[in-house]
Amino acid sequence: MSKILVIAEHDGSKLNPATAKCVACASAIPGADISVLVLAASAGAVAAQAANIAGVARVLTLENAVFAQALAATIAPAVVGATGDHTHIFGPSTTFGKDLMPRIAALLGAPQISDLMAVESATRFKRPIYAGNAIVTVECAADSKVVATVRVASFEAAGAASAAAPIEALQLSVELPTHTRFVAVTAARSDRPDLQTAARVVSGGRALGSAENFKILYSLADKMGAAVGASRAAVDAGYAANEMQVGQTGKIIAPELYMAFGISGAIQHLTGIKDARTIVAINKDPEAPIFEVADFGLVGDLFQIVPELEKQLGQKA
Amino acid sequence: MKRILVAIKRVVDYNVRIRVKPDGTGVITDGVKMSINPFDEIALEEALRIKEKGQAEEVVAVSIGPADCQQQLRTALAMGADRALHVQTDAVIEPLDAARIFKSLADREQALLAILGKQAIDDDCNQTGQMLAALWNRPQATFASKVEINGDKALVTREVDAGLETLEIDLPAVITADLRLNEPRYVKLPDIMKAKKKPLETLDLAAVGVTPAERLRAVKFDPPAQRSKGVMVKDVQELVEALKRRGLA
Ligand SMILES: Cc1cc2nc3c(=O)[nH]c(=O)nc-3n(C[C@H](O)[C@H](O)[C@H](O)COP(=O)(O)OP(=O)(O)OC[C@H]3O[C@@H](n4cnc5c(N)ncnc54)[C@H](O)[C@@H]3O)c2cc1C
Ligand SMILES: Cc1cc2nc3c(=O)[nH]c(=O)nc-3n(C[C@H](O)[C@H](O)[C@H](O)COP(=O)(O)OP(=O)(O)OC[C@H]3O[C@@H](n4cnc5c(N)ncnc54)[C@H](O)[C@@H]3O)c2cc1C
Repeated sequence: MSKILVIAEHDGSKLNPATAKCVACASAIPGADISVLVLAASAGAVAAQAANIAGVARVLTLENAVFAQALAATIAPAVVGATGDHTHIFGPSTTFGKDLMPRIAALLGAPQISDLMAVESATRFKRPIYAGNAIVTVECAADSKVVATVRVASFEAAGAASAAAPIEALQLSVELPTHTRFVAVTAARSDRPDLQTAARVVSGGRALGSAENFKILYSLADKMGAAVGASRAAVDAGYAANEMQVGQTGKIIAPELYMAFGISGAIQHLTGIKDARTIVAINKDPEAPIFEVADFGLVGDLFQIVPELEKQLGQKA
Repeated sequence: MKRILVAIKRVVDYNVRIRVKPDGTGVITDGVKMSINPFDEIALEEALRIKEKGQAEEVVAVSIGPADCQQQLRTALAMGADRALHVQTDAVIEPLDAARIFKSLADREQALLAILGKQAIDDDCNQTGQMLAALWNRPQATFASKVEINGDKALVTREVDAGLETLEIDLPAVITADLRLNEPRYVKLPDIMKAKKKPLETLDLAAVGVTPAERLRAVKFDPPAQRSKGVMVKDVQELVEALKRRGLA
């Protein structure tokens, strides 16, 4: 039997939707027995949400004031202390999971599968390499634990459980390092949907030309109930914030609708949007590579097209 | 001596469009342009800037892999690294073994900092720096977009999903470079000549005390599912109608 420990991602009060996707991935392993581990200053609210995800057999909690911030260096030894006889340890391939999971793997002397996108068996998995230009099937040695980050865009979130799973508080058994200290986080507060989980995303590239011009995309996004993304060129130029970057080194997303305005379609960008249900591209260059992957392409000047679209689109469905 | 170790991985150049071999045994890399992993160039640039500010005295470039890695190490020396270490092997080196090798070198060199790329653009693992920090039992500041050294501490700004996070870490520590940390300098011709005389030491795996474990085996390689090319619409009205038919407008 495979015993899978999923590390919950949360902000202290709300469970990140990526966790239910990790549970869905874990459920694909035959005979999976799934525990979710919540590390928090106060775990109650988050644990209750985790207990209500279908497929979760139990929720384990570890409480300590220092877990108010999710620092990999502090959390990793605590997770390792709680792994017990779990055979698999999964986390999301968000910046939280990418930072934390390899540290856990190294402490366990286990290999890590990064961006796990499909489960073939308890030891065999698929993952993308070369910015998604190839998919490798990887077999892990059977005598080792398996650590993985789950490519959240590849899984539909597990649904709600019919009955809540039991919650069990664990005691912290290890000493936590103090060499890494949280100072601050600056996050642009926004009422728009979260880019990683939004059903619709409106995205802008270098062609926008300025942060000021990006406002036309915010306005369109608000009309559509969409999140706003950006290419690396737009972020590098300071037109958009870093957390808006979509692509190989930004966010990998799978919305119902992705609309790219003035984005050329570099491979590093496309790898972030491959799983979008419908891709729309607006670009003034008919040869732009983005049109190769677009379901609907429109050649023209985005500065004319965006306002016109906003006018013609109905309220959000 | 205040020393910075910088990882320099030889990878397929980011402009190359990689294709899977028809028999699924790997990707085609024959005759393909190879370069320093872009994130590692940024890591090296950061190390050089720290040294130029007088906060470190020596920058040591490290590469693990076959003999050809020395090309990338020479480029690193031309950029300004003081010397290079080449751990020469033809074996498959998984991130955990790469981390073990870096740990052994961090001890040997008494490193103050190890700066790696956040990910290598071939395998896209995004693991090695974090694993090194774990084995070394030192802080990690991954996905760095700003680094400030203050004596025996560093303030590092990180690119995270929520925005920008700042950590204070005690040195020695591991930092992994994100794209916006800096813009690497160009190499000038005289520097390439000078680099030929800089020390490049070759070590084997026995010298760093690591035997590759092969915990992972690549079973097969497949091309990704292709998106089929869609249709071109002639104006906004046609686009809106198309979206409506899909229930998206
Ligand atoms: C290691 C590495 C990692 C990377 N990671 C990422 C990543 O995660 N995400 C990412 O996006 N990129 C990434 N990149 C960068 C990527 O290679 C491209 O440089 C980038 O995506 C280009 O952004 P862009 O399409 O906005 O700009 P450009 O390529 O300059 O394209 C601008 C487009 O706008 C069109 N245009 C101009 N004016 C108008 C107008 N008025 N109306 C309509 N269209 C117009 C042009 O025809 C052009 O096609 C990475 C690169 C490297 C080397
Ligand atoms: C299933 C599987 C199959 C493989 N098959 C092959 C194969 O057929 N042929 C082959 O040659 N290799 C193979 N490898 C090894 C692979 O190419 C990588 O070297 C290894 O997985 C490290 O991954 P990464 O570079 O993506 O690490 P990441 O964790 O993404 O690297 C992060 C950073 O670590 C540093 N770093 C990592 N490795 C090195 C290095 N070698 N030298 C210097 N700095 C480094 C760099 O700073 C890099 O930016 C395979 C690995 C796996 C897991």
